[in-house]
Amino acid sequence: MTHTPPSLEVRGLAYAYPDGHQALFGVDLTVGRGERVALLGPNGAGKTTLVLHLNGILTGGVGTVSVAGLPVGRRDLAEIRRRVGIVFQDPDDQLFMPTVREDVAFGPATAGLRGAALEERVAAALERVGMADFADRPPHHLSFGQRRRVAVATVLAMEPEILVLDEPSSNLDPASRRELADILRSLDVTVLMVTHDLPYALELCPRAVVLSEGVIAADGRTQELLCDEDLMRAHRLELPFGFDPASVTMGT
Amino acid sequence: MGAGHSHRLYRAGDSPVHALPAHCKLVAALGFVLVVVSTPREAVWAFGAYAALLAAVAAVARIPAAFLLKRLLVEVPFVAFALLMPFVVPGERTEVLGVALSVPGLWGAWNILAKGTLGVAASVLLASTTELRAVLLGLQRLRLPSLLVQIASFMIRYADVVTEEMRRMSVARRSRGFEARGVRHWKVLAASAGALFIRSYERGERVHLAMLSRGYTGTLPVLDDTRPTSAQWAFAAALPVAALAVCLLGWTL
Repeated sequence: MTHTPPSLEVRGLAYAYPDGHQALFGVDLTVGRGERVALLGPNGAGKTTLVLHLNGILTGGVGTVSVAGLPVGRRDLAEIRRRVGIVFQDPDDQLFMPTVREDVAFGPATAGLRGAALEERVAAALERVGMADFADRPPHHLSFGQRRRVAVATVLAMEPEILVLDEPSSNLDPASRRELADILRSLDVTVLMVTHDLPYALELCPRAVVLSEGVIAADGRTQELLCDEDLMRAHRLELPFGFDPASVTMGT
Repeated sequence: MGAGHSHRLYRAGDSPVHALPAHCKLVAALGFVLVVVSTPREAVWAFGAYAALLAAVAAVARIPAAFLLKRLLVEVPFVAFALLMPFVVPGERTEVLGVALSVPGLWGAWNILAKGTLGVAASVLLASTTELRAVLLGLQRLRLPSLLVQIASFMIRYADVVTEEMRRMSVARRSRGFEARGVRHWKVLAASAGALFIRSYERGERVHLAMLSRGYTGTLPVLDDTRPTSAQWAFAAALPVAALAVCLLGWTL
């Protein structure tokens, strides 16, 4: 049997912005294929900086990132960006084409897919997020939750190795939030979810890592991390009022 | 607001004119306008003939006259200038209803009015039979620099987003008791405009990041690249060719 490389492997990643502000101080993180991992951390912990390293938007620091065995670097940038699907926080930033169909097609079409194969890919991606009926709508006419789902589809259409979600539950009403959770659970893809929404992390991700002051401060089962009051307090992570992570029984 | 871009300008239909590929229509409209402006202004009858040609196109496209005329009102601010010309242009004078008017001024006004109206009418017909999105794709196929097409298409996509942002800022201002009344408040409005600019600029950066993340390398992919048939080109050419015939007659008669 051949050994499958992990979906994501980050080694010793450190980065300072050109203005001198250092955001990452040596991050090590491995995400196995098919895992769903929550990346938790207070504001300013360097979460966004880390995410932008995963597909080579930010480079030039120390350390390495590789996606399914392929190192992130100038040479294979197009392939890396196909493999790492980032869903940004504001769907209005992500959906920039005039119609939903064109937006979902953007990634695969840029990669050279055309004609029936492209159509099929777009239809399949929209089907997976339950938005197949909205293909010809302009994104501006959709509700916020629908736009977020289309944003997920734009990335799924590229058949990524790993789906990176930046605050997927932000600004969603409870129903849209649950719908998105159902969709994410139904996907057979590696997920790295950046979030402040601790119940959502617990619901969707068996494993969590805490990024704090530019390093991984904790890595373990989500439920155990959330129950560790000292750890939580040390990294400015707070559970919503009345939420007791110990009382939640997880499916598996 | 919220009308999005299946647009105020566009009038859905399934006429032969609607069905033409956008770039055929663009070329036809441009050709028509060029012919119109190169017609001598003294050939008054020729402009009547052009108007009749446009009326024929409108009939084929099933665009009601009232709709077309209402859209033509957009021209008014520009025409106001033309109406001044008979009063201010120096030269030979003539008496109309007891008012002394300049003859070259009258001709000048007529020239602007007739050609302007025909040009606007042609554009209105184009806009009401072609979706904005299709116009952009048409321009792209006509090899307009891709950067310009991209800028225009982002403008369409984000106009509503920025308008909405502007509205929210205005609501926030008024919620704190601010009403813009007169010059004293311009400073606040200018600061808001600056904030809006910076927000839009930052959004632009975020959009660019999102595009790069999905493999953007400088071009937007053209998805349905249908080549128009020669019959479609011929049908689209009917308008400018007929106009050209009129123009040539205008010069020779």
